[in-house]
Amino acid sequence: MAEVRVTVDGVNYADEVEPRMLLVQYLRERLGKTGTVVGCDTSNCGACTVHLNGQSVKSCSVLAVQADGAEVLTIEGLARDGELHPVQKAFNECHGLQCGYCTPGMIMAAVDLLGDNPDPDEHEVREGIEGNLCRCTGYQNIVRSVQRAAQMMKPGASVPTEQPAPVAGD
Amino acid sequence: MTATADSTALEFGKSRTRKEDARLITGRTRYTDSITPSGCLHVAVVRSPLSHAKILSIDTAEAKKAPGVHGVYTLADLGAEAVGMPCAWPITPDQKAPQRPVLAKDAVHFAGEGVAVVVARTLAEAKDAAELVEVDYDPLDPVLDMEAALAEGATLVHPDLGTNESATWVFDSGEAGTGGSVSDAIAAAEADPDQVVVKRRFRQQRLVPAFMEPRSCVVDPTGEQIVIWAATQVPHILRTMTTVTLGVPESKLRVIAPDVGGGFGGKIGVLPEEMMTVLLAQKLRKPVKWTETRSECMLTAHHGRDQIQDITITAKKDGTITGLDVKLLADMGAYLGLVGPGVPVLGAFMFNAIYKVPAYRFSTTNVFTTKTLTDAYRGAGRPEATFGIERIIDELAVELGREPLELREQNWIKHEEFPFTTVCGLTYDSGDYEQATARAKELFDYDGLRREQAERRANGDRVQLGIGISTFTEMCGLAPSRVLGSLAYGAGGWEAASIRMLATGKVEVITGASAHGQGHETAFSQIVADKLGVPFEDVEVLHGDTASSPKGLDTYGSRSLVVGGIAITMAADKVIEKAKKFAAHMLEADVSDIEFNAGQFTVRGTGAGKAIQEIAFAAFMAHDYPEGIEPSLDSDAVYDPENFSFPHGTHLAAMEVDTDTGRVTLRQYVCVDDIGNVVNPLIAEGQVHGGLAQGIAQALFEEANYDDQGTLVNGTFVDYTLPSAADLPSFTTEIVSTPATSNPLGVKGVGEAGTIASTPAIVNGVLDAVRHLGVKDIEMPTTSQRVWRAIQAAQGHSTQETPIDTHSPGAGLGSIDPNNPQGEVQ
Amino acid sequence: MIPAKFDYVKPASVAEAVTALREGGEDAKILAGGQSLLPVLRLRMAAPSVVIDLGGIAELRQIREEGDRIAIGAMVPHHDVMRDDLVKQHLTLLQQATETVADPQVRHRGTLGGALAHADPAGDLGAVALALEAEFVIAGADGTRTVSASDFFVDYFTTAIGEGEILTEMRFPKYTGWKTHYEKFNRVAQAWSMVAIAVALKVDGGSISEARVGLTNMGTTPIRASGVEAALVGQQASADAAKAAAEHVTEGTAAPSDADAAADYREHLARVLTGRAVLAAAG
Repeated sequence: MAEVRVTVDGVNYADEVEPRMLLVQYLRERLGKTGTVVGCDTSNCGACTVHLNGQSVKSCSVLAVQADGAEVLTIEGLARDGELHPVQKAFNECHGLQCGYCTPGMIMAAVDLLGDNPDPDEHEVREGIEGNLCRCTGYQNIVRSVQRAAQMMKPGASVPTEQPAPVAGD
Repeated sequence: MTATADSTALEFGKSRTRKEDARLITGRTRYTDSITPSGCLHVAVVRSPLSHAKILSIDTAEAKKAPGVHGVYTLADLGAEAVGMPCAWPITPDQKAPQRPVLAKDAVHFAGEGVAVVVARTLAEAKDAAELVEVDYDPLDPVLDMEAALAEGATLVHPDLGTNESATWVFDSGEAGTGGSVSDAIAAAEADPDQVVVKRRFRQQRLVPAFMEPRSCVVDPTGEQIVIWAATQVPHILRTMTTVTLGVPESKLRVIAPDVGGGFGGKIGVLPEEMMTVLLAQKLRKPVKWTETRSECMLTAHHGRDQIQDITITAKKDGTITGLDVKLLADMGAYLGLVGPGVPVLGAFMFNAIYKVPAYRFSTTNVFTTKTLTDAYRGAGRPEATFGIERIIDELAVELGREPLELREQNWIKHEEFPFTTVCGLTYDSGDYEQATARAKELFDYDGLRREQAERRANGDRVQLGIGISTFTEMCGLAPSRVLGSLAYGAGGWEAASIRMLATGKVEVITGASAHGQGHETAFSQIVADKLGVPFEDVEVLHGDTASSPKGLDTYGSRSLVVGGIAITMAADKVIEKAKKFAAHMLEADVSDIEFNAGQFTVRGTGAGKAIQEIAFAAFMAHDYPEGIEPSLDSDAVYDPENFSFPHGTHLAAMEVDTDTGRVTLRQYVCVDDIGNVVNPLIAEGQVHGGLAQGIAQALFEEANYDDQGTLVNGTFVDYTLPSAADLPSFTTEIVSTPATSNPLGVKGVGEAGTIASTPAIVNGVLDAVRHLGVKDIEMPTTSQRVWRAIQAAQGHSTQETPIDTHSPGAGLGSIDPNNPQGEVQ
Repeated sequence: MIPAKFDYVKPASVAEAVTALREGGEDAKILAGGQSLLPVLRLRMAAPSVVIDLGGIAELRQIREEGDRIAIGAMVPHHDVMRDDLVKQHLTLLQQATETVADPQVRHRGTLGGALAHADPAGDLGAVALALEAEFVIAGADGTRTVSASDFFVDYFTTAIGEGEILTEMRFPKYTGWKTHYEKFNRVAQAWSMVAIAVALKVDGGSISEARVGLTNMGTTPIRASGVEAALVGQQASADAAKAAAEHVTEGTAAPSDADAAADYREHLARVLTGRAVLAAAG
C-alpha cells in the first residue's frame, strides 16, 4: 500500500491505496466522485479528464499515488458558490451535450483550453479538444459551446445568458 | 396555484435548452457503473482469444483460491446449459437460430465469447483471478467470408444447423402485387437497345457502434423484486426478455435504465452478461455488478452493418427507371442478436427510396460467421438501403451521361403526387423533395462548386473537387404493430404514456420511451406544457424504470417522438376530457359548454373559468365531484401507429481529394431535412449533427477489421479510428417541414436521418472527385490508401494488395511488437 | 481496466532510481509520464513487479542552455517542451513535432525522455532527435555515459539504454535560425503517424547550406534520410529541388505494412511528404 495525500475539489484527503489504483478509480470508488467517468482503457476518449495541479489530464492514465501532494479539480468541483462555470453554462445554452457521458471530460478539457487560449478560433477549439471523443453531437455544438464560453469569460464581458441553469441540487 | 402559461407563447417549436443538462454538466449523474449497492460483488469474464475452437477443459481451481473470490463459474457451474438468449425476429418460419448461451458450452464461436466468470469482492481481485483460469482449446477453422461460408463443404459455425445460412427473406413486387416483375424488367432492358442495365456490388463494412458509456449491469436480488440497473436502450424489453430467458416472473423484476451514455442501436440487445449477472446475484444472494472495459466492448458488443450488396438497376436511355433488383448477403456473426436478422429486412422497403420504381425485388441471405454478432446500429437496415440506391443512381447517371441531381429529380415522387404508394406497398404520406433540394442547392452554391470542379479538372489540379449527393428518405416511427406482425417480429410497435395531475398542479408524464441522450425530458415537457396549458417547468418526465413506467417498448428506430410523443398527446387529451367534467361541475355548466384553452376551462359565452391546476386540486380533495366518475384526472394511453413516418432530405457534400496522397477532406456539408413539424429545433439540429458524424465516419474512417484467424485487429480506440473534433468540419443544416399526416403532431422523427443520408453523399463525392481519372469505385472507408490505390489502378499502375488485417508494430498499443511483448515501455 | 499488482517506488534522485532499478531486477519498469505505460498496464500487456516513478526527481525536469547546446531533462513534459523559450528559439523543429504529439492531456503528462526511451517507430520525437543529432545522457551504476542519436535507436522499442540504466537527459545542438517543418500524415487526428517527415534547413541567401531530415515510421527505428540531405545541400530552396531530393527518401528504409498503409504506399507518401516538408520549411 502507498499513501496519498491529495486535495480534491477543495477537500483534503489522506488515504492508503494500492499502487496500481488509477486516479480515476480513486476518485470514483474511494471518494464517491462518480461525476468523472471512464470510457476507454487506452487513454483515447478523455471522458475521465480532470485537472491535476491546474492542468488537464486523463485520470485513467495517472496512478492515484502519482497525485500525492497534488490538487485535483473534477467536474463536481467546477461550479463555485452555487454558480456554474461559464463553460458549463455554455454547454447547456449551445446544446453541447446529448447523452452526457463525454461531458465531464469535455468540459474539463475546454476549461483548460480556454485558460491557455482565451479566444480560440474554430480550428483551435477542434485541435484543443481532440483528446476527447464524443459520439452524440458531431462536435459542432461542443465547438460552439467552447467559443460561447470564451465570450462569456472575456474580461468585462457581460454576455447575457439565455437561461441560467440551476446548479446541481439546487 | 401556479400561473398558467401565456397562450401566445407555444412551447412547440421553441429552442428550449435541455432540462436534463443541469445534472449532466455538473457530474450529478447516475450511470450504471456509478451505482454500487453495499456489499456489491464484481464480475470479470474470462473470454476466448480464439474465434472458433472446441473447449477441451476449463480449470478454475487456482482462480477459486485467489483472494477475495466468491466464486468461479462455467456454464455448467451456473446450471445454465438450457438457457438461450432471445432472438425476437424469426424472419422466415425456417430461420436457423443456434442456441446462444450465457457462457460458451463446449465450443467458442467468436473471439471474445465468454467461457467462465469470476465473482470477487473487488473488480481488481476479479480480474486478477480471471487470469488464473486455464482454458484448453482445440482450434477449429474460422469462418470469415460470407460467400465462402455458403459454399459447398464450408466449415460450419454451428454444425448442428447443417448450414451457415440462417435464412433467406424475399420481397418481390410482382408476387406481392405492388408492382411489376423485376426479372421481366431486366430481360426487357437487356433486349432493348433503348435501355441500360447497370450492375454493381457494394460493400457495407462492419462497424462498431462505439457508444461512449461501456455496457454495465448491476443486479440487486435482496428485495422482493430483483432490481436490474442496466446501461440499456430497452429496459422494458429487458424485463420481459429476462422472464422469457430465465423464467423469473415479470412481476418479480424491476429494470432501471438510469443515465445511459448513448446507444445508437448498440444497447438494444439483451446480453448474456446481463442474464449471467442475474443468475450470479440469485446464486450468491448479493448485489453483483458487471461492467465491461472498452476493449471487451469492442470485441463483444454487437457490431453493425456488414453486408454485400449486389444491385441491378434498369432504365430507359431517357433516364426513367424501369426496375431494381437487390441481393444482399448479411453477416449475422456467430449468433442471432435480439433483432439482428431483421436489420436487413428493415432495409427492404427503402431501396426504392424516393423514386418511382415500377418493378422491385429484394432478397437477403443471412449468414453465420465466426465473428461478433451484428444487430441494430443507427439506422438499422435503412443506411444500407440508402447507400445502395444513392450509389447506384450515381452509377446510372454516369452510364447515361446525366447530371446526377437531374436524374434523381426525373425519377422521384413529385410533391403533388403525395400520398404515394410505393412499389413496396408503403404509403408515403407527405414530402417535398423539390423544396428540400432547391434549398440545399442554394445553401451549397451547387452551381458555383460545379464550376470550380470543372476548372480544377481542366487545370489538372493536385487537389480535385467532388460533389456528393444523397436525396434520401427513411421509414421512421417503428412501428405499426400489424406490420411487425406480418414480418413475424416478436413484439408490437405501440408506445405507452401516462399523465398524473398532482395535487399542487404539477404534472408527471410517464413514458415508455427510454432516453439515452435524445432529450426526451425537454421535448415531451414542451408538448405537455402546450397541451395542458401548464408551465414547461411544471412538467416532470419519468422514464426508464419499470416501477414508475411499467409499460413501454423503449427507444430505437426514431420512434420516441413519433410514437411515444403521440401516446403522451393522447393521454393529455384524456386528462382534458376528464377535467372538463370537473369543470362543468364546478362551474355549474353543461360539459358540452366547457371550452379548454391554454390551461383554462371556461363556460362558452361567459367569463367564468377554472385553471387546470384548480381542477387538479379539486380532484385531489374529492370533496365535491360529479357523480359517476372517479376523483382523478390521471390518464393512460397506448398509441399504435397506423403508418410509418417518412422524413427525407437532400444532402450535399463537397469532397476534396489530394490525388498525390489520396487524402480525402470534407470541405463543406449541407443538408436540408424535412422532418415534419419540429418540437425543439435546437435538439433536432443536434440529432442531425450527431447522425451526420456517424454516417460520415462510416464513409471515411471506421471499419472493424478481422485477421485471417478471426481476431479483431483494431479492437481499441487507438486503432478503431473514431473521428475527433479535429477530423470533422461544421455542417450547414436546415430543416424544412411538410407535416406528417399520419399523426396528430405532424412529426416524422429525426434520430437516424443524418446517419442514413450522409454515407452515400460522402462516397459519391469522393468518386465524383476522381472519376475523371478512371476510378469507378472505392470501398468504405475511403481511406487515403484506398483512394491512392484506386487512382493508381485506374491509371494502370500496379500496387501491392492492401492488407487490412495486419498490425503494425508501430503506433501506440499496437506498438507492442507481438514478438517482443515486453519491449521497453516508459 | 486495472493493472496487475506491482510495488511502487518514487526515488528522489537519479542515484536512488538506479539503485531501485538494480534491486527491481528484470521485471522493473520505469514510469516517466506514463502515457504509454499505463494503458499497457491496464490492458495487462505488461505486468512489472515494481514500477519506479521518476516523477520525484526535480533535476530531470529542467531545460538548460549549456554553451552551444540545449539540455532537456528526460522528465520534461511535452507541454513544457513546446512552450519553452529556449526550445522556441533554438529548436523549432522539436517544438513543431511536439505540438503534434497526441492531445493536450497526454502532452501534459507525457515526457520527452519517456517517448524517446519507449522508441515506438511511429512516435514523432525520435525522428527529430535523430535529425537534430541529439546526444542521450544515460545514467547507470557506474555513472553516466553519452550516446549519440544514431546509436541510441536500436530496434522496435529497443534503445541503447542498458539493463539497470536510466535515460536522464537529451542534449541538442542549437539550430538557431534554421528553417524547420514537421510534416505528419495520419488517419485521424488522434492516430499515430502513418509517416512523418522532420526537416531542418540552414538557408543562406536562398540556397540550402545544411540539411537535416528524419523519418517517422519508415522502419524499425527512426531513420535519418541522409540521401535527401545530401541532395538538398547546395540547392536553391525550390519545388524542383525538393522533389528531386525527395526521390532519395526511401534509401535505407524498411517501411512497415499495416492496415493503414502497406509498404509501397508508405514509400510513396514519404516521397510526397518530403517534398512538401522541405518546401514548407524553406517557407
